[in-house]
Amino acid sequence: METIQQYFIQFFGSQWGNMLFLLTTNLVFIFAIAIPLLLGVAYLTFAERKIIAYMQIRVGPNRVTFFGIPWLRGWGQPIADAVKAIMKEIIIPTGANKFLFVLAPVLTIMPALAAWAVIPFSPELVLADINAGLLYILAMTSMGIYGIIIAGWASNSKYAFLGAMRSAAQVVSYELAMGFALVCVLMMSQSLNIGDIVSGQQGDSLLNWYLIPLFPMFLVYLISGVAETNRAPFDVAEGESEIVAGFHVDYSGMAFTVFFLAEYANMILVATLTSIMFLGGWLPPVDIAPFTWIPGFVWLLLKIAFILFFFLWFRATFPRYRYDQIMRLGWKIFIPITLIWIVVLGLIMQLPESIRDVFPLNLWF
Amino acid sequence: MSFQDIIFYLFSAILIASALGVITFRNPVYSALLLVLSFITCAGLWLLLEAEFLAITLVLVYVGAVMVLFLFVVMMLDINLVKLREGFWKWFPFGGLIALVMVIEISMVLMGKYFGLDEMPNPQPHAADYSNTKELGRLIYTEYVYAFELAAVLLLIAMVSAIALTLRHREDKKVLDPGKQISVQKKDRLRIVSMPAEKKNQ
Repeated sequence: METIQQYFIQFFGSQWGNMLFLLTTNLVFIFAIAIPLLLGVAYLTFAERKIIAYMQIRVGPNRVTFFGIPWLRGWGQPIADAVKAIMKEIIIPTGANKFLFVLAPVLTIMPALAAWAVIPFSPELVLADINAGLLYILAMTSMGIYGIIIAGWASNSKYAFLGAMRSAAQVVSYELAMGFALVCVLMMSQSLNIGDIVSGQQGDSLLNWYLIPLFPMFLVYLISGVAETNRAPFDVAEGESEIVAGFHVDYSGMAFTVFFLAEYANMILVATLTSIMFLGGWLPPVDIAPFTWIPGFVWLLLKIAFILFFFLWFRATFPRYRYDQIMRLGWKIFIPITLIWIVVLGLIMQLPESIRDVFPLNLWF
Repeated sequence: MSFQDIIFYLFSAILIASALGVITFRNPVYSALLLVLSFITCAGLWLLLEAEFLAITLVLVYVGAVMVLFLFVVMMLDINLVKLREGFWKWFPFGGLIALVMVIEISMVLMGKYFGLDEMPNPQPHAADYSNTKELGRLIYTEYVYAFELAAVLLLIAMVSAIALTLRHREDKKVLDPGKQISVQKKDRLRIVSMPAEKKNQ
């Protein structure tokens, strides 16, 4: 690493060399995060089809394989889907606003990928270890809505527009509950840095994770996360049975696939954030020998996979919410719960030290 | 010219161009989107000034919430541009006067002796563990706590009054009570009648 930096300094001079070195290393890191992430997205679609198929006593995709190897049947499916999507024509409707129509998928996937910049994979492995990491993530995820609104408007179609309106109202409502749930996490950890939030959950076992003192917030965050990503049972933005496919009804080929990728990238992001905020990130469940041998990165991946399974499970299990029920859940149930929990948490944190040192409280406060 | 200067000039150019676009584009949706772009570039400039909390909050609040609702409304408007431009010249002197007053006021602040470049040098870079958010929170809740609480109460009043002004009680609206829906029992809805089998008439 340092020798490469020396080369840069020799080649471009000390001022520019350092800057260009930083730029190059950051670009390499970005690719090292984005490419596995997109592969993960591809295989998440495969996992979804397989898991939901098994839940419904079907087999799911079982044909496409690599080099004819029989036990890999089905594993080539995401690659085949990607090739198919790339080959298809992107049809732009005549009445559409062409510039915004093409811009919308880009605006949808950009925040889903940009939020990964501050996610720590292990104590050292993080692209940008910034102090306001949690705020950055909130800001990035709140920008994802633009792609959907613009897609709905630019398509110049009433179904797309209805989907966009529904999605905008839903995402704005659930963002509040999500933000308040994260405020509780921030009160517990007393830091906005995501690495510090994970190390605040360090202890002997999983009892120290924020999952237990913040259990209602965990539920609120997870359910709001499902609503934010417009997944079933909150997928009224797509609502096949009412408004065809919602905001992306006029999209085809790769433009549609980008929306699809963004939805799954957002799912992985919400699962990652849930594991970091509530399930102790890279920390092993019990801090003794066989568990500590496994690297933290693997623990994080296991936790992400665990949360993602819930997303797929919800989709296979629940019927779609009615729209007024969604709004009621967000505004009248989740936001009051989070507000009360913030006050309760603040009161507990203001208790005298002697009470906070008693057994269950001393684990977290 | 250093790397940071280049970023500064790039962001400033984008900011000015997009801000001009906001007032010159005929399509209000474009204007709203350009306003979003100018907020984001402005946040970038604030980051260069080491105001990370303010920069991210600008994106979070204005881009993530306020502008979404703006766009929401603007997209549903059916704006007739000819009608909108009708009174342009009639109101031009009035608007121009307000613009002039604003320019004078801003220049009194910025060109006076308090805000010159000598008074406001570039901020010193802080150590890695310096938390802008923490410092801001400390100031807000200690030194400026009354002003802060007053602002919060003002915002609350504004919110409550906005709701109170637009709240209409309709008599004929149909409302579902989820509590009642959940508490419905089988016996409330369903009547099971035992009935002997009937013979088919010949």
